[in-house]
Amino acid sequence: MLMTPLYALRRALLAGFRVEPVLHKSENCIGGERAAVQGTGGGPVRRKSELLQKSNPIYEKVPVLLHNGKPILESTNIVYYIDETFASPPLLPACSYGRSRARFWADFIDKKVFDGGAAIWRSKGDELELAKNEFIDILKKLEGALGDKDYLGGDKFGFLDIVLIGSSSWFPTYERIGGFKIEDECPKIGAWIKRCKGRESVAKTLPEPHKVCELVECSERCMELNE
Amino acid sequence: MATSAGVQLLGSWCSAFSNRVQLALKLKSVEYEFVEEVFYVNKSERLLNANPVYQKIPVLIHDEKPLCESLVIIEYIDEVWNGNGPSILPSDPYERAIARFWAGYMDNKTRLLSNIAKGKRFFGGEDVGYLDFALGCFLGWVKATEIIGGVKLLDESRTPGLAGWAERFRSHDVAKDIIPEAPKLLELIGYVQEAQ
Repeated sequence: MLMTPLYALRRALLAGFRVEPVLHKSENCIGGERAAVQGTGGGPVRRKSELLQKSNPIYEKVPVLLHNGKPILESTNIVYYIDETFASPPLLPACSYGRSRARFWADFIDKKVFDGGAAIWRSKGDELELAKNEFIDILKKLEGALGDKDYLGGDKFGFLDIVLIGSSSWFPTYERIGGFKIEDECPKIGAWIKRCKGRESVAKTLPEPHKVCELVECSERCMELNE
Repeated sequence: MATSAGVQLLGSWCSAFSNRVQLALKLKSVEYEFVEEVFYVNKSERLLNANPVYQKIPVLIHDEKPLCESLVIIEYIDEVWNGNGPSILPSDPYERAIARFWAGYMDNKTRLLSNIAKGKRFFGGEDVGYLDFALGCFLGWVKATEIIGGVKLLDESRTPGLAGWAERFRSHDVAKDIIPEAPKLLELIGYVQEAQ
């Protein structure tokens, strides 16, 4: 039986803890561009459900997209899968070179942004200063990719914007701990964040930055207790 | 269908990541100019201009447009030369997601994946594909490491599936002349140590 995208997505469960940035990359794609998806809701970070462990036995991490019982792992892979399975509207550019540039920057964001930011809140003293400068350098490279465009993909909100915007809820935490402001260091990225957050699909999906701060503070207290 | 005119690869015979792209180009019968970058001595201005973000090989230049990151380049080759020879990635979106996941895993982890090769000639099935390229590019260095360390990493008695796959991949037409021989790599390491 041929399933329409909406019918297929009603059968897709998205399991995850709501503050995780990579989760919202997938939710942005599904919620903003396709259809509402039922979230199962996760527990606290440290308790991993049996469903999660069974769906992602390799990394035991969210997000996991379950489509007709088959798990798809890693948030960028999930976005590619959604784009290839439900062809309209397309998320990636039509031309092969444009698609390659999009994949390149998605890979860069996946490798650099979250770990670069995490290095800030996990560091102290000289290491913190180094982590802050490295994170700003990462954002400056992305600013180069953005150029004078409104969005990373061009005139319209698209794939790369989805890939990066999920991490933005964590940026105020990095700014507070690192003692810097993204709008001062990378003004184009600052403007791009505001532009994306002005979209209803993004605003409804992303967590409040203060919830991320609370999560980081909780993790810091846990780390202190374990030392 | 794309022509092979104006295709250049900035790479190195000893780089597993460069070898990946060479494997893909060979499978698709794409003629190209190979530009050897002696990246372990110094990085050329050509490389720095082509890949300002990472300053690394491989870089594929097609019609003067640069493409970076080996797995991204392989997908580009598969799309642009899709009429040439077999597909590198599976056509089914779920199978593509699985292949991309494991290729990313291979790049992140050092653990070998004997279970995936079990029962099949190659990761791609009956013939080589995306995952074979992603992992097979390291076989020269695996052999060199075995010689230096005096240890068998691909042991027929412990991981027969993976050892069998490695032998089949090394013998495949597409891999010949691309996967470097261990003695040459050992000589290179000796050279690198002298230069430092």
